[in-house]
Amino acid sequence: MINILPEFKARGNPSTLMNFLVPIIAVILTIFTGSVIFVLMGFKPTFALYTFFISPISNSYGISELLVKATPLALIAVGLAFCFKNNLYNIGAEGQLTMGAVFGGGIGIFFHDTSGVWVLPLMIVGGAIGGALWGMIPAILKVKFNTNEILTSLMLVYIALLILDYLVVGPWKDPYGYSFPKTRSFSESGRMPLLFQGLRVHFGIIIALAAVFASWFIFSKTMLGYQLKVTGFSPTASKYAGFNQNNLIYIAFIFSGAFAGIAGLGEVSGPIGLLYRDISPNYGFTAIIVAFLGRLNPIGIIFASLVIALTYLGAEDAQLFMQIPAAVGFVFQGLVLFFLLGTELLVNYKISFRSKL
Amino acid sequence: MSEDILTIKNISKSFPKVIANKNVSFNIKRNTVHALLGENGAGKSTLVKILYGLLKSDEGEIIFNNYPLKVQSPSEARKNKIGMVFQHFSLFDSLTVRENLILGIDQNMSFSNLQDKVNEISNRYKLPLDLDAPINTLSAGQKQRVEIVRILLQDPELLIMDEPTSVLTPQEVESLFETLNTLLKEGRTILYITHKLEEVINLCHEVTILRNGEVIESSKLENETAETLATKMLGKKLTEIKTDYSKITPKINLSSKNLSIEFNDPFLVDLKNISFDIKEGEIFGIAGVAGNGQSELMNLLTGEAIDGVSGELDFNNIDIKNFSPKKRRDMSIAFVPENRLGHSAVPELTLSENILLSQFPDSDFQNNGMISFKNIEVQAKKVIEKFNVVTPGPEAKASSLSGGNLQKFVIGREILSKPKLLIISHPTWGIDAGAEHAIRQSLIELAKNGTSIIVISQDLDELIEITHRLSVIFNGKLSKSYDTREISISKIGLLMGGQQDD
Repeated sequence: MINILPEFKARGNPSTLMNFLVPIIAVILTIFTGSVIFVLMGFKPTFALYTFFISPISNSYGISELLVKATPLALIAVGLAFCFKNNLYNIGAEGQLTMGAVFGGGIGIFFHDTSGVWVLPLMIVGGAIGGALWGMIPAILKVKFNTNEILTSLMLVYIALLILDYLVVGPWKDPYGYSFPKTRSFSESGRMPLLFQGLRVHFGIIIALAAVFASWFIFSKTMLGYQLKVTGFSPTASKYAGFNQNNLIYIAFIFSGAFAGIAGLGEVSGPIGLLYRDISPNYGFTAIIVAFLGRLNPIGIIFASLVIALTYLGAEDAQLFMQIPAAVGFVFQGLVLFFLLGTELLVNYKISFRSKL
Repeated sequence: MSEDILTIKNISKSFPKVIANKNVSFNIKRNTVHALLGENGAGKSTLVKILYGLLKSDEGEIIFNNYPLKVQSPSEARKNKIGMVFQHFSLFDSLTVRENLILGIDQNMSFSNLQDKVNEISNRYKLPLDLDAPINTLSAGQKQRVEIVRILLQDPELLIMDEPTSVLTPQEVESLFETLNTLLKEGRTILYITHKLEEVINLCHEVTILRNGEVIESSKLENETAETLATKMLGKKLTEIKTDYSKITPKINLSSKNLSIEFNDPFLVDLKNISFDIKEGEIFGIAGVAGNGQSELMNLLTGEAIDGVSGELDFNNIDIKNFSPKKRRDMSIAFVPENRLGHSAVPELTLSENILLSQFPDSDFQNNGMISFKNIEVQAKKVIEKFNVVTPGPEAKASSLSGGNLQKFVIGREILSKPKLLIISHPTWGIDAGAEHAIRQSLIELAKNGTSIIVISQDLDELIEITHRLSVIFNGKLSKSYDTREISISKIGLLMGGQQDD
């Protein structure tokens, strides 16, 4: 008799190959399931997949847009990796991004009629500080009162969004803006330089790559990376080693918040150029998927950010050419996360269809 | 009825990295005590788990009362009149004895019915129980009594006891043996799993010896002595370990004065006025039944949980009681806690990376926060070589090592740091006899070079073999210390059972 239902057998050691393959399998399953959904909606799968995955990046403008979207995702995700490696579930990157945009953007507004090479660097530092301060709040609450960082960091997202809301309709409202909920534009010195004439891809991508490289270095070569890793695997062993676990919580949230803050500043000083209500299409939340799809590995996060950025662009094209809501992009993001969590099983288990007598 | 109650035929079982049982066959005669003897990792537990329905064998069959036995779960095993008392108690700590007993039986039974039955069993087997006591207030011996009563409520024909004496005082062991003898007189059969030779000789009629998953011998006990059994169990003779008192200096290294801590937690034991002195080069043992404050004391000595500690802990005249583990390590104090996986080693990391967990003042494993991968690999290689750790190399994951090899690695790592004081908890827990011997020998060598060592252990044989002096911890209090050469086993047993110092 052949077992129809597969049996899961524990591997002795986690499989290194599977660790690498799991994100790829998850993406393949997502594409397959996505095609089935398209077919059920009455589309030819080849046309739908082409519209969703190929046509958005079939020209240099498309590739530039892909990089524009991947930049904040990669930057936030690599920051989140500091927290996730340490088993700290910071899901408030969206709030940290917003506060980064508020702090850095505030500087941009203050110097709206000033020019100088120092304006942008000052805004970037401001963005990092804003994000880091917002990230520190759940860290302090956790260290002092043992609160759950998942709840506090999430709730702080909505506070940050409301602060931004208040500023753009209140004190920071553009005096010449006909009461639109937006601020003045930054001066030219307060904008991220564009890398190519006519394309929106900007200097932020250089910052993101530098952050990714720096994180890779910290994770693999330094005691700090080692301490984060050990504490994540086993808090007891970390205590035994004498690592200062409270400091590690602060450090992880500072990196995470600062990177998200810079990403937020990159959005407002890059493509947008001023502050208004909807500065981020949920980059802070989507970056959680990017971090796990990249398996918390900085290099993996680069690839993952490109894949997830494509779902944003694909959704726009699907809306345009197939007349379906752009929310289909979130469906794909959800599927990726779903399959990623499911296939994680393969790292520690193998499937056997062994027949039994 | 045939003479054999149970026949095990060609049972094999393998796990991802090991073959736990290989063609195991033997018979158990009705109304006998049959010993299953073997050192840790020989495959005893796997075999009885198959018998009790917790694991499925890959091959082979089991005949029970002349019929093939195919049980899928412990409750089916109990229906077939097979009962088992586990080495690690399977009781709910926060529930009462009564609630635990009700939970453990498969048929419906009212509380009053249960009460009558329990009373009858308690009287017949001399197993007194307080039905309303919460489990966490009981001693290890009392908990075991609950387990035994729970099994007897099912009226088993075959009773499996898995290392039942490992957590008992010598006196409790005696009363357990009385109970087992009563059960035997009633015609029941007992499968007694152990690695203690004396128990086999004193209690059992027949013995099956397992080594590396295979049956080495299954026979009557008539011509066996502890020595012949040991040789068969281990496959070789081990040299005798001898302590050496001549290297102890009069200088006091660590002195604890009225060290106390209160937790306000029913699952932790408060420590009361712990006082002791250790001289340079001395091995000091702390005996006691599990759960009398050993892990709490270990945390105070390592610095891992010290909130609210009072008293004094003087190391070379500096009070270190509030120092963090790192600060203590900076003073050349090394520790090896009881748990290897996830405490003294991180299973997911390589052996090289595990070197970094304990960094001593003169170690060269990092430079301004940058890890020196070359130096940790050299150190890992050194530990592997000097302590005969069986592993492919420093790049192997800690989880891929057997318990004994990982423990040799951890202890080797600490010993190579040349500590002035080594604090070690259950150094040979759950490891094979070869590694056990090597570890005990290396501790004695370390002490000869002037290091003071504290050994916390439940294993009395171990403490008697390697310590110079020992004390007993009971309910958070430490007895005065006794010269290991002079104190008798029965005296230690009484102290373990709570008798006060005279």
